[in-house]
Amino acid sequence: MVVLVFYAAVVVGVVSAVVAVAHRNPVVNVLSLVVTLFCVAVSYALLGAEFLAAAQILIYAGAILVLFLFVVMLLNAPEVKSASEPRPFQRTAGLLLAVAAGVGGVALLMGIQVVAPGAQVSGDAQAIGRLLVGPYLFAFEFISVVLLAAMVGALVLVKRKH
Amino acid sequence: MWASVAVTAVKLVVVAGSILTCVAIMEWVERRGAAFIQDRLGPNRVGPLGLFQPIVDAVKLLFKEDVTPTAVNKGLYYLAPMISVFVALVTFIVIPFGAGKDVTVFGVPLGGLIVAPDLGVGILYLLALSALGVYGIVLAGWSSNNKYSLLGGLRSSAQLISYELSMTLAVLGVLLATGSLRLDDVVSYQASHVWNFIPQFIGFIVFTTAVFAETNRLPFDLAEAETELVAGYHVEYSSMKFAAFLMSEYMNMVTASALIVTLFFGGWSFPGMGRLSGWWLLIASVAVFVTKLAFFLWLFVWVRWSLPRFRYDQLMQLGWKGLLPLATGNLVWVGFAMAMRWL
Repeated sequence: MVVLVFYAAVVVGVVSAVVAVAHRNPVVNVLSLVVTLFCVAVSYALLGAEFLAAAQILIYAGAILVLFLFVVMLLNAPEVKSASEPRPFQRTAGLLLAVAAGVGGVALLMGIQVVAPGAQVSGDAQAIGRLLVGPYLFAFEFISVVLLAAMVGALVLVKRKH
Repeated sequence: MWASVAVTAVKLVVVAGSILTCVAIMEWVERRGAAFIQDRLGPNRVGPLGLFQPIVDAVKLLFKEDVTPTAVNKGLYYLAPMISVFVALVTFIVIPFGAGKDVTVFGVPLGGLIVAPDLGVGILYLLALSALGVYGIVLAGWSSNNKYSLLGGLRSSAQLISYELSMTLAVLGVLLATGSLRLDDVVSYQASHVWNFIPQFIGFIVFTTAVFAETNRLPFDLAEAETELVAGYHVEYSSMKFAAFLMSEYMNMVTASALIVTLFFGGWSFPGMGRLSGWWLLIASVAVFVTKLAFFLWLFVWVRWSLPRFRYDQLMQLGWKGLLPLATGNLVWVGFAMAMRWL
């Protein structure tokens, strides 16, 4: 039952990831990416990482991709007409790499557990919170400084234009 | 196993049915309330006091011609109202509507009148899914291929993201005091301490203001703004697809009011509830919850017909320069109070 949910999430996630790259309409691209992120959140939830699943949807699908969509709509990005290939070898190389990654992924999937083994892991908010302010305190604080630097950088870039 | 599935299914049907009924009642309350505030009568011909008006309205909307403009992006145009209704329908399963921890139905424990009592992420689930509601509005605006719709959709996406921040920060204060993400625990914490709106009054004000913006209600209904955008994101929608947006707005209002009650006004708890137990406590707690809920639902109507709409820059200014610092201040205050052992 749970394994079926996992495979459904994987299939939908991969298909929508392909659509996100290949579709001509930029709005559909963004939406497929939302579906992919949703499927990733489903597999987090299956692994018992409830908090991570909720955070994934809240932050990526609920905030970041809404901004993507906002920009796409604001710029009124046109549909891509079958673009001429500037570097023809790129497509072949990309395809080969994708196949290799797919084979590797399947090989990995053969062995791993797709569902949380009962009571062995704890992905709830309290466990993650303890880890973040315990052993990973430095990394946690460091990331917040990196994010602050990124915010300041974005502001500087915007101000320079005026 | 099957018995608990059946209990959950019954809870789901009862709660979803009540919320949909609530939508119908709110439509009546909105029209009669508006009439009362504007000193006129409102719909009073169908049934006693016009109470059957929502049924008549629903039948009218069902049988209206369903127009699909030729230039719309068909797939997304049909998808948008579905997303709105879906998001509005799935969010309430973590809200506790009443007591009932000690109640059994045919030998199966009820586990409280909450559809998903075991969901550890509790309110995060609700916030995450309601954050997806913006896609319904944005896609409706874009796929309609109409400049008014597009402007409505764009405004709404910026507005929802801006106010989501302050809303989540206000919720964070409550969660900090409770030490749990489950709304069940939030209610029992308030039952044993003091209702959260007293120590966190600023958080309550920020949260209430932000949910008005999140549900696209006046004075923040910039996405519709009929005086400048005709009807905003749903200009091109007719018949049941239009009704779907209307229904999801009212369902979101119910969820938002339930959240205000649960987070800041003690949820279903009430003073002196220790003397009751079992079914009596369940019935009394549901009655108390519905009474509190009704007040905040009325507040939504009251504010809508009392306040004029904000200008767009005022809206953004209030969100970023007003509510966000207030919500942060509230969070700092709660942390400080907890460190001093006042809370």
